Amino acid sequence: MGMIHEIDFGTPASPSETLVSLTIDGQRVTAPLGTSVMRAAAEMGTSIPKLCATDRVEAFGSCRLCLVEVDGMRGTPASCTTLVAEGMVVRTETDRLRKLRRGVMELYISDHPLDCLTCAANGDCELQDQAGAVGLRDVRYEPGANHVAKSGNPLFQAKDQSNPYFDYDPAKCIVCSRCVRACEEVQGTFALTIEGRGFESRVSPGQHESFLGSECVSCGACVSACPTATLIEKSVVEKGTPEHSVVTTCAYCGVGCSFKAEMRGEELVRMEPWKDGKANHGHSCVKGRFAWGYANHRDRILNPMVREKITDPWREVSWDEALATVATRFRAIQAAHGKDSIGGITSSRCTNEETYLVQKLVRAGFGNNNVDTCARVCHSPTGYGLKTAFGTSAGTQDFDSVEHADVVLVIGANPTDGHPVFASRLKKRLREGAKLIVIDPRRIDLVRSPHVEAAHHLALRPGTNVAVLDAMAHVIVTEGLVDERFVTERCDRDAFEHWASFIAEERNSPEAVERASGVPAVEIRSAARLYATGGNGAIYYGLGVTEHSQGSTTVMAIANLAMATGNLGRPGVGVNPLRGQNNVQGSCDMGSFPHELPGYRHISDDATRAIFEKLWGRPLDNEPGLRIPNMFDAALDGSFLGLYVQGEDIVQSDPDTHHVTSGLSAMECVVVHDLFLNETANYAHVFLPGSTFLEKDGTFTNAERRINRVRKVMSPKNGGGDKNGYADWEVTQNLANAMGLGWTYTHPSEIMDEIALTTPSFAGVSYEALDRLGSVQWPCNEKAPEGTPVMHIGGFSRGLGQFMITEYVPTDERTGPRFPLLLTTGRILSQYNVGAQTRRTANVVWHQEDLLEIHPHDAENRGLKDGDFVRVASRAGETTLRAKITDRVAPGVVYTTFHHPLTQANVITTDYSDWATNCPEYKVTAVQVSPSNGPSAWQEDYEAHTHESRRIVGRLDAAE
Amino acid sequence: MSARRIFVPGDAGALAVGADDVAAAIAKAAATAGVAVEIVRNGSRGLYWLEPMVEVGTPTGRVAFGPVAAEDVPDLIAAGLIDGKGERLFLGRTDEIPFLKAQTRFTFARCGIVDPASLADYRAHGGGVGLMRAAALSPAEIVTMVVASGLRGRGGAGFPTGIKWKTVLEAAGTRKFIVANADEGDSGTFADRMLMEGDPFVVIEGMAIAGLAVGATRGYLYIRSEYPHAIARMEAAIVTARATGWLGPDCAGSGRAFEIELRVGAGAYVCGEETALLESIEGERGEVRAKPPLPAHKGLFGAPTAVNNLVTLASVPFILAEGAEAYAAIGFGRSRGTMPIQLAGNIRHGGLFEAAFGVTLGELVETIGGGTITGRPVRAVQVGGPLGAYFPPSLFDTPFDYESFAARDGLIGHGGIVVFDDTVEMAAMARFAMEFCALESCGKCTPCRIGSTRGVELLDAMIAGREVTKNAALLEDLCDIMKFGSLCALGGFTPYPVISALRHYPADFGLVPAASAEKEIATWA
Repeated sequence: MGMIHEIDFGTPASPSETLVSLTIDGQRVTAPLGTSVMRAAAEMGTSIPKLCATDRVEAFGSCRLCLVEVDGMRGTPASCTTLVAEGMVVRTETDRLRKLRRGVMELYISDHPLDCLTCAANGDCELQDQAGAVGLRDVRYEPGANHVAKSGNPLFQAKDQSNPYFDYDPAKCIVCSRCVRACEEVQGTFALTIEGRGFESRVSPGQHESFLGSECVSCGACVSACPTATLIEKSVVEKGTPEHSVVTTCAYCGVGCSFKAEMRGEELVRMEPWKDGKANHGHSCVKGRFAWGYANHRDRILNPMVREKITDPWREVSWDEALATVATRFRAIQAAHGKDSIGGITSSRCTNEETYLVQKLVRAGFGNNNVDTCARVCHSPTGYGLKTAFGTSAGTQDFDSVEHADVVLVIGANPTDGHPVFASRLKKRLREGAKLIVIDPRRIDLVRSPHVEAAHHLALRPGTNVAVLDAMAHVIVTEGLVDERFVTERCDRDAFEHWASFIAEERNSPEAVERASGVPAVEIRSAARLYATGGNGAIYYGLGVTEHSQGSTTVMAIANLAMATGNLGRPGVGVNPLRGQNNVQGSCDMGSFPHELPGYRHISDDATRAIFEKLWGRPLDNEPGLRIPNMFDAALDGSFLGLYVQGEDIVQSDPDTHHVTSGLSAMECVVVHDLFLNETANYAHVFLPGSTFLEKDGTFTNAERRINRVRKVMSPKNGGGDKNGYADWEVTQNLANAMGLGWTYTHPSEIMDEIALTTPSFAGVSYEALDRLGSVQWPCNEKAPEGTPVMHIGGFSRGLGQFMITEYVPTDERTGPRFPLLLTTGRILSQYNVGAQTRRTANVVWHQEDLLEIHPHDAENRGLKDGDFVRVASRAGETTLRAKITDRVAPGVVYTTFHHPLTQANVITTDYSDWATNCPEYKVTAVQVSPSNGPSAWQEDYEAHTHESRRIVGRLDAAE
Repeated sequence: MSARRIFVPGDAGALAVGADDVAAAIAKAAATAGVAVEIVRNGSRGLYWLEPMVEVGTPTGRVAFGPVAAEDVPDLIAAGLIDGKGERLFLGRTDEIPFLKAQTRFTFARCGIVDPASLADYRAHGGGVGLMRAAALSPAEIVTMVVASGLRGRGGAGFPTGIKWKTVLEAAGTRKFIVANADEGDSGTFADRMLMEGDPFVVIEGMAIAGLAVGATRGYLYIRSEYPHAIARMEAAIVTARATGWLGPDCAGSGRAFEIELRVGAGAYVCGEETALLESIEGERGEVRAKPPLPAHKGLFGAPTAVNNLVTLASVPFILAEGAEAYAAIGFGRSRGTMPIQLAGNIRHGGLFEAAFGVTLGELVETIGGGTITGRPVRAVQVGGPLGAYFPPSLFDTPFDYESFAARDGLIGHGGIVVFDDTVEMAAMARFAMEFCALESCGKCTPCRIGSTRGVELLDAMIAGREVTKNAALLEDLCDIMKFGSLCALGGFTPYPVISALRHYPADFGLVPAASAEKEIATWA
């Protein structure tokens, strides 16, 4: 084990396929056309001195250390900006070059503090390295103007320590602009600039603002790009430089960024995005890069706990006692109420292996199919819709595909906040000239941000996705923009004809839906023409599509659009769901749904069931089990009394909180397996402490079907009375064994081997293959031994693409005199999901509470001012929060996030759900907003209840 | 008898010495006298020591008076100024004034003669012929003519204009641009300004020809903000040209579109550097770009762009109208045609002198310029702006052309000559060069950003007499790094004045003259 040192080639790789040969220092080398001399030299192992060059960003040519001599060229060109040419003869080291480089370095050091030994970047500083490389031995200049001396020096600027995760020390800045360029080229935020000019030049967030006060989104790209200690992680300042590193995968959103966990012993020093990570290519966001402090938060529960009644305080017990309690109670419930009286919920945050084990526990141990997962409430319509249309429940592309897109249609997603690293790659492509169509009720950042502007923003009324997408299809069909060849060759022609005659009906025209959707017909027409004719058209969507009563219909409408225009089966196109959680794709793949075994095979299929029955040595029930909402229904009926919940907070994240809590309250044994006493734990009888992604081995599958390795970098902390803690897969195994199943996995790789053995799309996946390839995208089997970046090339998984009739049916949730506004929900960059992790990090400086966005017009009608406490009431319930007045939302629409438990946005959401999958209609709730004096009675009761239910015997401070 | 035409320059140089008052006084006196006069606010003829120079059109040609003050006007009118007669301040026929008569005016042929507000006047004096010819030629034919003329960039680099245009013409791209660089920031230069104020249509004509030649449909004219009169003059001329059809969808009947947009700088010298200028037009911080890629391949907004100095572009109409041979026929060596040389500083006859390349520096300073205005001996001449080398009288035999100056570690730059008499302190001048670089550095590359500040400090130490020999060696090292290491000509050329001062005037730096004379300082070149 040691540090993973990634070679910095100085400039990005050239995509050209034409090779040129040249001579560098007497060696013949070949490089793709468009490669810099610097990179060509680096690839043959020669490091030309450099400071302003890094392969993260385009060549800049400012430091002047990388000068070389080239036969036939005047002077000493910079090797970073000079491109290779056929027959070129380059010398990278001569007396003249050495003298120039030393002279330049002497200038740098004449304005740099000489505190290397006490500098936080000591040993990890490119300035230090390059001073050594060029052989600087002396600085001959007298002390002169500088940015270093603190007293009486107008050029001195104090450190900016406003950002919670990194410091900016202008005294150490060498003005290489790497941070500025990373902010522009990699992140696309343009928060940084160089202020002043000449000797006074200095990096500045915005116009001399603090980092925290600026537009900086704290993605860390600048910190990674900085060659010195000018921008450096506070954790490195505090702990010292790391001594070894391990590549692992971020546990936040569905982008699945690869990171190097850089360690000192078992202490994490920093998370550094890994350049070879195929989802993120070395980029990160504030969550993955910095917000891992929750792993050590004092709220984390490290001991198993049990209690008789949920009104009792918790009692810390040994692992054995906790597991025995669960096994005994579950078996007792089954004995009294039948085998179907208990079930489990898998987590989209845990690993594939852990999820697999939970569903195996339910199917093989509980003997029923009462297993479901949080994808129920997010992307279940994606699974259903895409399987129906294409034959596979997953996105069609890899993220790299966006680099080839010409028109990008984003619907019901807010990538800059929800999937920031993908958003940066998308914005880069948009800056290169690709066109953007946004379909969203709210003016999300992508609609207009620095150097990005949507060609069309269809600000539709919540709940009218299908109407608008049908209208776009109407334009494509009636204006002759269908890709006839694609449809004829690749799709079911009869189904197409049937669909085309339906979609061409006048009631689906933009003019006809204008009234319902609120989108001008002309905008829909132009957007449809652009998508159909603008080159490679790619669709990216999120929960704004799925979390509707017509969620599955919308997914199919999207699939129809893509098939009709031939935008499938090659790079640059496709239908791409942006998955919310790190492993929501994986949890679906792993058979978490009550009707499906791993690999989306129906439980009623005898052949599939036989595979598992043989391996597990037990008969499996051939009837689908209960979905999450049905579990609560059954609990209230008295027929479902035991639940094992791994890593999900259903009380906070599921709709109609009253229904959820009353269902849980009716159960006899609720087991919560989590890092924290979450909201669901308030209703639990047994708490099993979980382990973080840093404490276990496994795999996550991201939104592009990419299976990434999660690697253990520290021991699980949840040992309780035992010396060693347990990864979550071990806890599930121990529970299974307490129930008599006799499992013997010694490492998650064995679980993956079992998955590969039983599941055709994973047949080629193994830890050995993942170590060798870095990651693979399923399907990975004999036909695609290295995985499948782009699906449906040449033909759909199901054979012919299936057009489905997508009739627009307005939701039953309608505004009226009592509830005149439509509430929709979303997330914010700094927080993640229910906030259990991010609220326990310094990310709270950006978002301390959920706010209700309301249009100035609606606010004025209600006499509301910015920051006022407001009551939001729906048919289901009411809550209070503060108002933020903004024209990002249209009149008639209000918006909030759901990151904070006290807000309890789901107290207001209704029990309407997707017709096909029960995915709740989070995105449309009719509400009324009125002034309020403070928290609602419900909120006060809830807070009191929370406090009561988190008491632990012998401990003074209840968590939270 | 129709009204007499009386010419009172509206040129900023004339305005600075009271031309508006003179014009008002003439109008008032003529009214009092009941004489009908038409006062034309022409450009300057470039004889700045004679400004305000009033000209009167007579049947036998224009005669001049100057320098005229407002209080002189009643007497001059009484003495017959309106009839072109007089004695005091009377200069005789304008074109017989030796300073003018000795010139070869191709580019400035109409400057000071025509009414700059009148396109008709411009055409009446032969303007527009080049554009009409270009409109009938193919792009390649225009480029071939410019290549044949031998015209080189008048901004200082001296790159062959035709070759640059050919590169842009042949570059792949759906849109291309012309950029006219009128960010004239060199000390002692004023050719761009004088031309824009005195003959704005030649600028438009030159840009339009360039557009037709390279296939650009849009030109940007970038003028420094310190030139408000030129800006106003060009704005008006663009409106007129558009109305006349020289600009627009059918440029001069060519069937091809060309439009000009005027952009005003914000006071940064470095924005005269072509890539920083492009950044500035794009709305970015005025920072130099690394080359390659050359602007001709990837310039403004990433499109192939011909960036030319304003004088370069204004020289093209003559070439199109009179033929490449007429232009190439005069000149010196590889420097063909004429150069508008600007005489400034401590000189008796300060002004613009357009002449064929080849005239010696000594002739320009001593004969044409008439030596110093203080009457003291000339000690140093800085040629080519603040980053040009200092030449001592011992090098006055240097012919004015690109190669001859380069051979003596100098450059002609934009054609500015600034004269100093024997009171000049050359160490202070070297320090000024470094200080100028420090002040104007964009801050992108290290040699310029830090080096210029260290250069000032080194020269301060030397002027104070500290470690003179050691610091001189360090200064030479520093100049070496700036010259070969800088990203653009600002840092790259700052060593010219510094090293030339050190070499030619070692005593001013406290270096022992005899010893330093023996020492071979010139290794850096």
